[in-house]
Amino acid sequence: MSTKPILAASAENVMSRRGFFMKLGILFNGLAAAVVAVPVVGFLFSSITRGRGNGYLSWVQLGKVADFPEGETRLATFRNPYVMPTDGATADTPCWVRHIAGDQFQVFAINCAHLGCPVRWFAQSGLFMCPCHGGVYYRDGSRASGPPERGLFEYPYKVENGVITIQAGELPTPGAAIAELTEEKPSCA
Amino acid sequence: MRLKTQLINIGEWFDRRLQIAAPIREAAEHPIPRNTSSWWYVFGSAAMTVFILQIVTGILLAFVYVPSGAEAWSSLQALNHSITLGWFIRAMHGWGSNFMVAIVLIHMVQVFLFGAYKFPRELTWILGVFLLLMTLGMAFTGQVLRFDQDAYWGLGIGASIASRVPVLGPAIVKLMLGGPIIAGATLSRFFALHVFVIPGLLIGFVCLHVLMVLRLGINEWPMPGRIVKRATYISEYHELVKKDGAPFFSYGAWKDMFFAAFIILAVAACAYYFGPFGPTGRPDPTIIQTVPKPDYFFLWLYALLSLLPPSLETPALLIGPVIVIGVLIFLPFLSGEGEKSWKRRPIAVLTVLMIAITLGTFTHLAGFTPWSPHMNAWSGDPVPVKFIHGTTALERQGALVFQVKQCRNCHSLGETGGQRGPALDSVAVRLTQDQLIRQVIQGGGNMPAYGKNLSPAETTALVAFLETLHPKGQAPARDASRDVALKDDKPSGSQP
Repeated sequence: MSTKPILAASAENVMSRRGFFMKLGILFNGLAAAVVAVPVVGFLFSSITRGRGNGYLSWVQLGKVADFPEGETRLATFRNPYVMPTDGATADTPCWVRHIAGDQFQVFAINCAHLGCPVRWFAQSGLFMCPCHGGVYYRDGSRASGPPERGLFEYPYKVENGVITIQAGELPTPGAAIAELTEEKPSCA
Repeated sequence: MRLKTQLINIGEWFDRRLQIAAPIREAAEHPIPRNTSSWWYVFGSAAMTVFILQIVTGILLAFVYVPSGAEAWSSLQALNHSITLGWFIRAMHGWGSNFMVAIVLIHMVQVFLFGAYKFPRELTWILGVFLLLMTLGMAFTGQVLRFDQDAYWGLGIGASIASRVPVLGPAIVKLMLGGPIIAGATLSRFFALHVFVIPGLLIGFVCLHVLMVLRLGINEWPMPGRIVKRATYISEYHELVKKDGAPFFSYGAWKDMFFAAFIILAVAACAYYFGPFGPTGRPDPTIIQTVPKPDYFFLWLYALLSLLPPSLETPALLIGPVIVIGVLIFLPFLSGEGEKSWKRRPIAVLTVLMIAITLGTFTHLAGFTPWSPHMNAWSGDPVPVKFIHGTTALERQGALVFQVKQCRNCHSLGETGGQRGPALDSVAVRLTQDQLIRQVIQGGGNMPAYGKNLSPAETTALVAFLETLHPKGQAPARDASRDVALKDDKPSGSQP
């Protein structure tokens, strides 16, 4: 009767050879899984990590200043600076260029600040209109009406040697970095 | 006769090694309560049938489809026009997807109204919720694989929604798009999701879901007053099956088989008569003359995003799904016992009706999108003759201003034009001259201000035209105080 607890205790404390190798095997597999997991996770999230510190953004030429008459807003297109071989036409990006005067420009993203649909410029009424949910913007990109909570996204630009260049490379979305490069403007109304 | 015995021998040779005939027979002949042999109980098997159809047609499409941003669109054109019956397989897959979403939803409503999610089938319901989410995931990723303009801008909308997640938003967008923009990498990962990840999960979950139905038994026909109690239900169910049960095959199965065949024929008929979906224009973002629209089952979301007040949109988009999915998952724990019959569950019935009416109304509205400006109305829809008949030169000039300044894109005249703003057929009855001028120049109430884009002469002409817009025999609105004010002004004569 009294030997039973002693036996039980010794069975708990003493690890058998087989049990030891089982545990070692599990540990070994855990190690292998960790070694494989690091590159797998790195691969899965590679599209994010590259973006750190504006990794995708570069300066892209839009064309000569002379191609954009003063006081007008015209459509321009550029090839996205970060391209993959299978991108096809999807890497061609449109944008609206407003030449205010001299070297003063505004370059708007095509994407509505609401949900990203392509806005169209109507020169006669001086408005950008979105075909999706009816967002409308004034000529300076500020919000006029509809669901957008802010004005159009603007690309940073510079004019050098008569050529207009913008910093682009990311799809502008309400929460993405490029959207934060410009502050919301007060309505011109 | 000799052939038959030979076949039986071959069958037995295999089964001695595979050992699966007995479990299959056991599953097929598991007893079901007699009253569940009903046409209400066919939707689960119909959903699985359409899923199998989707797998078959999907594999066939993958023989030709090229998941490359540069070539996907052309490969779909080849399927539609160059490859024998490619159009039909595409149409079957597209219509199969519509049918699958619809049948899964009907199945869910039936299960909910019959109280089948209650004890002990909670986990079957929860797996069903995940199956619904995966079905919707398949529908969305499938729409992306039809790599056309709608798919391209639909991804933009998805990215814009995802970007609103606090802090993690931009990272989620890049993870979703596979890079900084919607491009080849985006299509590739949606292909992997649509063809490997989600179907793999779906197959696994469907197997578990069906296994649980077999193990726990099909939900009995709900009787008003027969209350589910955790302590007694299982023994009551076994009693019922023992007393009034019959083997599923073929007591209940024949209705499933009939309905499954009917659904396959219905998908094929729709595919034959209506043809494949798209693709619409090339996924070239520089073609901006486009009006993107989601597929049928997401139209309600399209409507919701137009009608919500802007300030509520982000919270609704981010918190709404969490609440809806949370409620669905916790439902069997909130009401795991009690009445099963819809006759004694008025709130359940009203909830289903309310959700159905809401989704139906939103879908109907999204069919004609009254919130979207008609981008070509200003140049395409003429001012109806009756509105300019007998008008002065100034008023006609105003009608021109009305068209040229794109007012028509949002305001209809004679039932053509945009519906974003109110129809202006009788605007002069509603607004006085002063109010019209103020509205045009300052905007407001969701209308842009035109002050900077109209010369004083244009405003005068436009308002003169708008003042003519009232029905015959109904006088235009006027400011009554004005007459008094002008009368009072006269004797003094000092004011200009």
